[in-house]
Amino acid sequence: MMPISPHRVAAMVRRYWYLLRSSWPRLLDLIYWPMLQMLMWGFLQSYVAQTGGMLARAGGVLIGAVLLWDVLFRGQLGFSFTFIEEMYARNLANIMMSPLRPIELVIALMTVSIIRLAISIIPVTLVAMWFFGFNLWSLGIALAVFFANLILTSWSIGLFVNGLLLRNGLGAEGLVWTFMFLLLPLTCVYYPVSVLPHWLQYVAWALPPTYVFEGMRALISDHVFRADLMLQAFVFNVALFAAASLLFVWLLESARAHGKLLQSTE
Amino acid sequence: MDASPASAIKAENLVKLYKGTRAVDGISFNLALGSITALLGGNGAGKTTTIAMILGLVTPTAGRVSVLGAEMPRQRYQVLARMNFESPYVDLPTRLTVRQNLSVFAELYGVADVAARIAELATALDLTDFLDKWTGRLSSGQKTRVSLAKALLNRPDVLLLDEPTASLDPDTADWVRGHLENYRRSTGATILLASHNMNEVERLCERVIIMKKGRIEDDDTPQRLLARYGRETLEEVFLDVARGRQREAAQ
Repeated sequence: MMPISPHRVAAMVRRYWYLLRSSWPRLLDLIYWPMLQMLMWGFLQSYVAQTGGMLARAGGVLIGAVLLWDVLFRGQLGFSFTFIEEMYARNLANIMMSPLRPIELVIALMTVSIIRLAISIIPVTLVAMWFFGFNLWSLGIALAVFFANLILTSWSIGLFVNGLLLRNGLGAEGLVWTFMFLLLPLTCVYYPVSVLPHWLQYVAWALPPTYVFEGMRALISDHVFRADLMLQAFVFNVALFAAASLLFVWLLESARAHGKLLQSTE
Repeated sequence: MDASPASAIKAENLVKLYKGTRAVDGISFNLALGSITALLGGNGAGKTTTIAMILGLVTPTAGRVSVLGAEMPRQRYQVLARMNFESPYVDLPTRLTVRQNLSVFAELYGVADVAARIAELATALDLTDFLDKWTGRLSSGQKTRVSLAKALLNRPDVLLLDEPTASLDPDTADWVRGHLENYRRSTGATILLASHNMNEVERLCERVIIMKKGRIEDDDTPQRLLARYGRETLEEVFLDVARGRQREAAQ
């Protein structure tokens, strides 16, 4: 068993924290887009609610979906974007030739993704409360379970994307931003799974976030916490994370074989 | 891992293929503990790939390379804390101050008293005036000194340097060479140096390995190379090898 050094993990977290706080536009960028998106969907939900439709009876479903989607998307972005900074800075070789283990780097990236998510999401949830009367925090323990499942998925996707970055260099940079959007229609963020064609529902139910978004709708619309869905999401997440870890290690070793760790450009 | 290795770096029939191209083509050498060796060669000779395999950044296609008895890259975590590397082609993050960068790497390498070590290196390499400046705002010469400080943070037993004085003015370059000499003398570290500066090689190195097209073309002390090729300077020897005149010159 390889020993994990908390000192090395803390050093990497500090390295990314220094970077984050060195630039106010970086900090602003973390809040700007989630805030804009929440406001846009919040106003849309307010409008639809006035028409007296289904959404009027299920106030907060749209905003809840937007905020939870942001946990998923921003979690992966924080994980992968933090890593890509090493490539932009041409620092990857320094990191890879140091005693830092891949698992320590991954733990540091997870920690930083949570820090970035907190900076990003907490102010947005407070504005949602103030503007639209939607209190995400009132979901209580359910919110913690939703968050845990979504962040696990985001790290799995982040691991896979980072592996692709290592193997293919900055040529794979676009995937950092776009890969997660593949899950947007399939995980039924804004609509129930029953809307999908029957055959596509099998794909949707193979993805952990689908269970979370269904669970969120059940909680907000029907006031029922679906523990069964959360448990299934967790089982799928464990499998997904294990697969992503194996892929990351394989891509890292492939990058080492192809000489991509010293020169990590395109 | 060999508990008491006879050599600091040992390469045996080392080969690296990239899409059919032999970047390194069956090289072997032993670097004695405490030695300073130069790795010379033109662009594309295979120096950087060789160094990358020694560092565990590149997996050899065939052959073996070991550092302090640990096979690379398989056993790299047994020795990475005792090695370090400096190159103008690898940067430190520009949006961190020099002190922040050095402290992060000091922790990664498990340096005991980080603040004291940074202060010591800042004095030795004349970094004190810009320790709290962003690394990206430094001149190229200052950045080279900071990179050298990063490479010396853990007092490495094996130090790999890729053109350590490139972009330095002659005065600073001379001063850095003096520092490296002192470091080797005081610690007994093994240094492998890739350089295009032949004066530097003549001054610092007791052995020269000349590479061309992935192979070792010659390997000897500077004095014996000069005598064998009948040349006054290593630069002339280098040109003989680079232009394929080595055999007739050596004869």
